[in-house]
Amino acid sequence: MGYSFSREGFDAVLKALARTYRIYAPVTFAGQGRFTDVDVVRYDFVTDASQIEFGKKSEYAFKELLTPLSETLFYFTEDEVKEADAQPGEVLVFLRSCDLHALKRLDQMYLGNGFAEDPFYKRIREKLQFVLIGCPASFENCFCTSMGTNRTEDGYLFSVEEQDGKILCEVPSNLKLKQLFMENGAWIEKALPSFVEENDVRVTIPATVPNSIYKAPLWDEYTARCIGCGRCNFVCPTCTCYTMQDIYYTDNGRVGERRRVAASCMVDGYTNVAGGGEYRRTKGERMRFKVLHKIYDFRRRFAYDMCVGCGRCDDACPEYISFSNIINKVDQFVKEEKADE
Amino acid sequence: MNKNPYVPFSSEILDVIKHTEKEYTFRMKFAGEVKPGQFFEVSIPKYGEAPISVSGIGKDYVDLTIRRVGRVTNEVFEHYKGQSLLLRGPYGNGFDLSLYQEGEVVVIAGGTGVSPVRGVIHGLCETKDPQDKYVIVGFRSPDDMLFRDDLKVWDEKLRLTLTVDGAPEGYEGNIGLVTKYIPDLPLKDPSTAKAVVVGPPPMMRFSVQGLLAKGFREENIWISQERKMCCGLGKCGHCRIGMRYVCLDGPVFTYVDSKDMID
Ligand SMILES: Cc1cc2nc3c(=O)[nH]c(=O)nc-3n(C[C@H](O)[C@H](O)[C@H](O)COP(=O)(O)OP(=O)(O)OC[C@H]3O[C@@H](n4cnc5c(N)ncnc54)[C@H](O)[C@@H]3O)c2cc1C
Ligand code: SF4
Ligand code: SF4
Ligand code: FES
Repeated sequence: MGYSFSREGFDAVLKALARTYRIYAPVTFAGQGRFTDVDVVRYDFVTDASQIEFGKKSEYAFKELLTPLSETLFYFTEDEVKEADAQPGEVLVFLRSCDLHALKRLDQMYLGNGFAEDPFYKRIREKLQFVLIGCPASFENCFCTSMGTNRTEDGYLFSVEEQDGKILCEVPSNLKLKQLFMENGAWIEKALPSFVEENDVRVTIPATVPNSIYKAPLWDEYTARCIGCGRCNFVCPTCTCYTMQDIYYTDNGRVGERRRVAASCMVDGYTNVAGGGEYRRTKGERMRFKVLHKIYDFRRRFAYDMCVGCGRCDDACPEYISFSNIINKVDQFVKEEKADE
Repeated sequence: MNKNPYVPFSSEILDVIKHTEKEYTFRMKFAGEVKPGQFFEVSIPKYGEAPISVSGIGKDYVDLTIRRVGRVTNEVFEHYKGQSLLLRGPYGNGFDLSLYQEGEVVVIAGGTGVSPVRGVIHGLCETKDPQDKYVIVGFRSPDDMLFRDDLKVWDEKLRLTLTVDGAPEGYEGNIGLVTKYIPDLPLKDPSTAKAVVVGPPPMMRFSVQGLLAKGFREENIWISQERKMCCGLGKCGHCRIGMRYVCLDGPVFTYVDSKDMID
């Protein structure tokens, strides 16, 4: 069932929804990009439909809501351990097809890896509902079609897409929403969200990767080029690693807290242990560790690939390193190895 | 289970056993199920958490043998008998003792690597044929020896080779790396014998090479891995090697699996 809205009509819908939900959506921040005078699209809470950026890919993923860059887990007082409170209320998240697929990967790690669910993740996750933003055209660096994440059939309340100055919404299942939508817009036959069917960037994922990849010369280039800043991990909607951090507020050390902060396998210190032990000293080895996780190791464990092909890592890299290029180089290497057999 | 797995429980320090200046065993009150090779996160508010192997298991206690090396472990050493520490766990797969009952078994351990296999060695002492059970234990120097009382018992009950990397002049025991003693193990049939190897990574690598050269089969060798860990629950990602998580799938792996695990 579809609906068409004027901008004002959609804003009225959003305002009504804002009574039930906090609304989290991509927003353009003028002049706050990587270079001054460059805009950045980031997620934030909005109260007005005009704040939502429908036309661009967000540079950072919605995951910061679920896995904040820094999250306090416990407060410690003299002799008490207190769990940090959760944010109250339900949240409605506006995101694209690739990001909804990324959600499945986040759930996999935090709820489905090992014997325990992560309660700090779960308590936020349980309060999320989703709105799917349609993608009429591929953005730069996207390769969702290769990763099979270009289409999404379910898992969202309704879809939204801007077309010729109108906002189109499709409601897949019957909901209270219909009433609200009827009041503020017009019923139309079809308002199905667009899905990208072709990207300029294409990758081929090898079915299996031989251990000879660990010594492949293709990684050396990244030891020279990559600066280990970790941006590719921090913007990735499927990266989940964190480091535990305890701090005390005062010198006498009586009160403090335990937090977890986002971690990156590309940044120095990720594997460091007491006494100077460290694995993967070179950036090339770290690149290999990251790339194989995204397109092979995760799949060996969970039967589907981790990377959703959003291309954010390529967008973010200050050294213009292309992740999709690396995937194709790995594929090439695997094919050559097979030919040599 | 809706209990928060990040919340540690309080455990009383029943005893502290001093081995060396830097290595103490903390005997902690604990009555749950636990296996040798598993580990606990010792959790000290405002300092952090450190994964520590179970070095001994009793009816109502576990032993944690800790080397002081940094922020958390230093703070542990500020605690005394009668006080408490916060723990969570046990985590990891641990050793399956039933695998090491019959036939010839070799355990090779170095330094603090003795902790996770101490329970395995105790198990070997209680088998029907302890004379088929070999243990090679190495420490850096005579002063670095851990579990001295156990070493005496093991020497009586099974075939122990105790060695040190180096010693002052006049030392009468064996001097040399653990790997030196592998070729001379008087085994009847290395192709069916089992081996457990735990210690620093280079020591494990060379020991496994020695065992394979002697005729051990890859699937009959087990090792225990250590990696940086921030959760023990399969969430933080730090301990991952390839498709495996050391905290969940290990720390004990067969050599068949571990030779595929490249950092
Ligand atoms: C499965 C397992 C079993 C272990 N068993 C024992 C044992 O029985 N006895 C013992 O003395 N030590 C053991 N260790 C090593 C012990 O965990 C580290 O020495 C300890 O974490 C160091 O913490 P620290 O804060 O004192 O040192 P710091 O150098 O101040 O460490 C800071 C942080 O780094 C991390 N870290 C540092 N070293 C290690 C390490 N080796 N492994 C994992 N994380 C590390 C921790 O997150 C720690 O909080 C084990 C490690 C693992 C992974
Ligand atoms: S690895 Fe890159 S392309 Fe793949 S999901 Fe992460 S940011 Fe997107
Ligand atoms: S963003 Fe680029 S330079 Fe930074 S760690 Fe990733 S690949 Fe390396
Ligand atoms: S210790 Fe966190 S995933 Fe293994």
